[in-house]
Amino acid sequence: MALLDIRDLEVTYRGSEGDLPAVRGVNLSVEAGQVVGLAGESGCGKSTIAGAVLRLLPASAKVSGEVRLAGEDVLTMSWGRLRAVRWSQASVVFQGAMHALNPVQKVGDQIAEAVLQHTNSRSAGPRVRELLEQVGLPAWRATSYPHELSGGQRQRVMIAMALACGPKLIIADEPTTALDVMVQAQVMSLLGTLVRESGMGMLLISHDLSVLADACDRVAVMYAGRVVEEGPAASVFAEPRHPYARALAAAFPVIGDPASRRAPKGLPGDPPDPRDLPSGCPFRPRCVEAIGMCAEIDIRLRQAGPGRAAACVHVAETVAETEAAAL
Amino acid sequence: MIISQRHPDGPVLEARDLYVGFGGRRANPDVRAVDGVELAVEKGQIVALAGESGCGKTTLARTLMGLERPYRGQVHHHGVPLDYHGSALKAYRRKVQLVLQDPTGALNPRRTVYEAVAEGLRIHRVPGDEKVQVAEALSLAGLRPPERFFARYPHELSGGQRQRVVIAGALALKPEVIVADEPVSSLDASVRGEILALLLSLRDELGLTVLVVTHDLGLAWNISDRLAVMYLGRIVESGPTEQVLAAPRHPYTAALLSVLPETQHLKPVILKGETPDPRRIPVGCRFNPRCPALADGTAGAAGVATRCVSEALPILPATTTHEAACLLAGWGG
Repeated sequence: MALLDIRDLEVTYRGSEGDLPAVRGVNLSVEAGQVVGLAGESGCGKSTIAGAVLRLLPASAKVSGEVRLAGEDVLTMSWGRLRAVRWSQASVVFQGAMHALNPVQKVGDQIAEAVLQHTNSRSAGPRVRELLEQVGLPAWRATSYPHELSGGQRQRVMIAMALACGPKLIIADEPTTALDVMVQAQVMSLLGTLVRESGMGMLLISHDLSVLADACDRVAVMYAGRVVEEGPAASVFAEPRHPYARALAAAFPVIGDPASRRAPKGLPGDPPDPRDLPSGCPFRPRCVEAIGMCAEIDIRLRQAGPGRAAACVHVAETVAETEAAAL
Repeated sequence: MIISQRHPDGPVLEARDLYVGFGGRRANPDVRAVDGVELAVEKGQIVALAGESGCGKTTLARTLMGLERPYRGQVHHHGVPLDYHGSALKAYRRKVQLVLQDPTGALNPRRTVYEAVAEGLRIHRVPGDEKVQVAEALSLAGLRPPERFFARYPHELSGGQRQRVVIAGALALKPEVIVADEPVSSLDASVRGEILALLLSLRDELGLTVLVVTHDLGLAWNISDRLAVMYLGRIVESGPTEQVLAAPRHPYTAALLSVLPETQHLKPVILKGETPDPRRIPVGCRFNPRCPALADGTAGAAGVATRCVSEALPILPATTTHEAACLLAGWGG
């Protein structure tokens, strides 16, 4: 049984300007000990998925489908059960550690709060010290206020809080976005070690496909509320099948590769307005490979090689060609 | 498009023996954010200034723009020291325009695109038809047709379009130099390449000089001609971008490069800790407490380990060749 199993998830935000479909039918699963990446640009629905897993979305969000956490459906759970599941079964490391911590409370006390709220222990002191050590901070840092810490240290405190109740699943939403490259490498290697050593599962959300390629076992690339490509991280990054995934993979240059020297590659245009999606494939208006039928077929994920899927009309041909070439 | 130059020879912008500090007494500040920098930015070049938060790269860029005053050394513009008095400084700032990191923060949410771009023209009382100049700047920044954007508000634009408006605001004043501080770090991956391509085309088509401050070496590879890597207030390595990134000679540059997800063939060297405190600059080489080459005995084997922790290195000069301020790279004799 998968640790996290998302089936046919749909999330629509209701508002005065009409309904906004943010997630439009997503399937995703995370096994224990596995890091799964979720990539895509702002507004593609990736953070909404993070919120849906623990029912952290605003009341205006209409959610349907299934979110199974160790077999239990989160969406139909009672509030009491949900409170028990949050933190102890699954926890979230949010983006922007700068603002997520209480500025007038010592970080040790903030970690202790998570421990005391969600476990039966009476004193959290030893556990706080253990957690700080686990994330590579000296125990005396418990008495520091957030402003006394650097960005990387604050992000470590956020990770310590997420680990406080020994969750089976960690959802990390852009955990390194505001951090320097070296600190980003430190935080990513810490998260990787935690997953490997404890057998937790992790859903890692980022707009940077290269970070995900490095840290994840599998990745899913989202566009306009749907997964448009999914597969083993390294192969999706090295050989993307969907034109959008190709654009994302090319956005970050390979240093030393003459092809990207003085040739930054972007993707012209903007993502579509979710309230007014184009007919057929939602990526069609920005796609350089779009053909006539793209406007007609609302293409869904299809097999694109072993363990891989992509939602593009060109995919079947490519795979057929590769198979033909292999023969 | 380019403002006529009184001094055609020599670099457009130069830092000569530059020191910038904060707090304490002027001659002896508490924080030495820029601690001895020599840098030359030639006309029509894209120079990347790379380093981690707190290394002094933003302070150096602000000082080059005349927004901070050095306590020692000078900023030169076409070989002439910067004049910090009223109208001269205002005229200088018109020629050297800043593009900030976060376009959402840089734009007033209650002002239209037209007003945002026209603001600089009004401040500097630029003669001529305002509407024509705003339209020209917007289309240079890739917002075409420009009239369609005049009445829009920032919230109606995408992140990439907002950054283009900020760039248009700078271009409206027909600057010689654009200083871009992390111009793409808050943008989506797909938009990033578009904005970088815009900077590259502005240089190619208008001959603009660009100084881009970044922590992103991939950006440097994408667009810059020269790369200077800063650590704790000093430039520790500089040279043509290809040479610095293909064969870094300073252990700090090598470590920065190795942790990038794009460089999977390199063994990641993850440095411990963060950039140290510019209030307490280490004795000897300023990188020695974190230096992997000192820790793994490479420096010892080369017979320089004692000098690494005791001997201050001379400042890297603003040469065009590839140099690194490291004893292992032969710097400091």
